[in-house]
Amino acid sequence: MATSPNKKNQAESGFVYLPLIAGWLVPGAGHFLLRKWGRGALLSLSILAMFSIGIAMQGKIYAGAHDILEILGMAGDLGNGLLYFVSRAAGWGADQVTITTGDYGTRFIVVAGLLNVIAAVDAHNLRTGRKV
Amino acid sequence: MLHLDHFAAVVLFALFASVVFGITQRDTPPRMFRYGLYCFVLFVGAVIVLSWVMHFIAH
Repeated sequence: MATSPNKKNQAESGFVYLPLIAGWLVPGAGHFLLRKWGRGALLSLSILAMFSIGIAMQGKIYAGAHDILEILGMAGDLGNGLLYFVSRAAGWGADQVTITTGDYGTRFIVVAGLLNVIAAVDAHNLRTGRKV
Repeated sequence: MLHLDHFAAVVLFALFASVVFGITQRDTPPRMFRYGLYCFVLFVGAVIVLSWVMHFIAH
């Protein structure tokens, strides 16, 4: 699809890492900044739903880094951006996984974070013109 | 608290992951849709095949 020069200039002006950072902090926000409304809405819906289902299944939010597995889990959780910090502050999720669905929930939360990082990088690629 | 069975959890996981993969790994909407569908079928198909493999190993 052809892009008008005016819209192209708007997308190319400003801080180049803004879509990346916004996309990390709020799922889909990087695409919204670039006026990719449909893509942003689908990404936002998918990642928010995955995170919410993980919380509803009593998944664990990694808070400490005592061993390598916890460090990896926390790195995945941090990919959720503001959702991670809000959930930590609000005390969402379980401290200890005691049921099978809780273990699934923990994986949902971690994968939601990893998918959010992929989405944020995609927004950055759109911003730099590496992807159209 | 939400209680999902194994298959429902797999289908939801596959659905959301496939949407993100489709949008981020392809350039045009038709190709995004096809790639997302491809990922979804692979996710769910692999689970069904591996589940039967584990069933036959266990029995």
